[in-house]
Amino acid sequence: MGEKKNRWIWLAIGALLLLIYPFFLTLPFPRHLMIMIFLYASMGLAWNMIGGYAGQISLGHAVYFGAGAYTSTLMLMKLGVTPWIGMIVGGFISVGLAFIIGYPSFKLAGHYFAIATIAIGEIAQQWMLNWDWAGAAVGLTLPILPESFLNMEFHTSKVPYYYIAFGIFSLTILATYWVDRSKLGYYFKAIKGDLEGARSLGINVARYKFYALALSAFFTSICGSFYAQYVLFIDPDSVFPLMLSIIVCLVATLGGVGTVWGPVIGAFILIPISEFTRIQFGGGGKGTDLIIYGFLIMVISIYQPFGVIGLSKRFKKKESE
Amino acid sequence: MYSSEIILQTVISGLLMGCIYALVAVGLCLIWGLMEIVNFAHGEMLMLGMFTSFWMFTLYHIDPMLSLPLCLVILFLIGVGTYFIIIKKILKAPFLAQILATFGLGIFLRYLAQFLWTPDFRMIKNPALAGRISLGGIFIGVPELTASIITILSFLLLYWFINKTEIGTAILATSEDREAASLMGINSDKMFALGWGIGAACLGVAGALMSNFYYIFPEVGFPFALIAYVAVALGGFGSIPGSFVAGIIIGLVEFLGGLFIAPAFKYTFVFIIYLLVVFIRPQGLWGRY
Repeated sequence: MGEKKNRWIWLAIGALLLLIYPFFLTLPFPRHLMIMIFLYASMGLAWNMIGGYAGQISLGHAVYFGAGAYTSTLMLMKLGVTPWIGMIVGGFISVGLAFIIGYPSFKLAGHYFAIATIAIGEIAQQWMLNWDWAGAAVGLTLPILPESFLNMEFHTSKVPYYYIAFGIFSLTILATYWVDRSKLGYYFKAIKGDLEGARSLGINVARYKFYALALSAFFTSICGSFYAQYVLFIDPDSVFPLMLSIIVCLVATLGGVGTVWGPVIGAFILIPISEFTRIQFGGGGKGTDLIIYGFLIMVISIYQPFGVIGLSKRFKKKESE
Repeated sequence: MYSSEIILQTVISGLLMGCIYALVAVGLCLIWGLMEIVNFAHGEMLMLGMFTSFWMFTLYHIDPMLSLPLCLVILFLIGVGTYFIIIKKILKAPFLAQILATFGLGIFLRYLAQFLWTPDFRMIKNPALAGRISLGGIFIGVPELTASIITILSFLLLYWFINKTEIGTAILATSEDREAASLMGINSDKMFALGWGIGAACLGVAGALMSNFYYIFPEVGFPFALIAYVAVALGGFGSIPGSFVAGIIIGLVEFLGGLFIAPAFKYTFVFIIYLLVVFIRPQGLWGRY
């Protein structure tokens, strides 16, 4: 009981620190860094629902991110609808996409599923590059609107973005907690652990895989809409790249898949490394940060295949022995 | 609507490109069949093959056709090195770690190339093989034609090596049953390393051939790798003739689809083939399982 109480205290302290963070760090960069951490942590958590809990390795999550970014942006530009509504609509469009993608691909296992998701991601990017109405390869520059919460555009300070990102992050954490504790989570884990066993216990495997992907797609899509409002420019190369799908998967893997806090830890380690290397070596399209990324991915998967959480579990085991 | 000449021209272009796809795919197919690990850095290894050829030409004025054996050896060493440095350590790792390890290698190599050699598109200026021949209104590029002839020869050689030589049979035995093979005194470690070496060497050959007529840039490999994954699924695990036929089919579908519908959707067609195959005949055209 004592340990559980402790955990809630730590959680409250953590949340409080994150809430007052922008008051102490007033420069744009630390705020931007934290916004990116929230964004990637949320996407890692979303990926974790299908990739971690249900064990279906998707390498095409950029599709949902891009769908969210394009839906809210197009609705704003063509219909003048507030991005908040666009965000929700985008989420549901992504759930629809998850159904269309999931229905055929869920019959595939292992490598076949992973390759199918890569191919779908590439196709989506190819289509968007050729879709003139949606800006094609040129991309979409969001109109500059008066600063307001309703418009989700803030030009003088990053603080409102910070709190919106924090809100999205908290929401995804809560959703993950709910999945982790509910019956749904047990079904997901059963599918991951033993597909045939789950099926023989009467679990409708296809349906629960779809639920996992739908939840995952919805939250990834919300991140996409937020990203569009934050950067105010999107194109197929920035919101549909394979690299994004890989990084999202990596955030979850680095921390530890199939756990609530794994992707959060992953984002807190990985995003600062990537942002700092971009500042140190960036510019000129050299992609030095990506060399380091690639190297890290190799080293982590060779030496720490179970993530940082796996590392701490190993230590705990040693202590108890 | 389409004259028969245009259709014939497209079919021939598709066949020639299909040969290249087949040569890229067969390396992947060997590795996949041998140890059930997908090399997600396959495209980047092809890129290294192309750049080897490019630099030999630019720095030492050695024509791609002459530097081809060197490309083969260098890529063979890269393949063996990859096995010992990375793959050997993840043989028993979880599935996700196996995927990410080779993906990480691919990203590392791609952006290292971009860092060292800039993202520019390059071409080999005036290689020995150039120009095209005309047969009754149909044009065939000489470099492409040479590439497909060498591809066919490589496939025959590889087929002979795997099926008729002692080492080839040992590789087959290892892919069949690792434990049983090691009881027969076959060192599976050596066989895996050799498999990676041969798989990468195919890319050295493909890279040297392609550098005659294709742009060379750090991101060149990925689309070819994606097509190779489809080709391997289509041809069947570890089947050499399967990869060849699959490469040709994909080349034809891509070019005919591009002609009749729109080039922008060519990946879509290739991918639809992939889905059809994995649903209707998951073991592939030549698969044994």
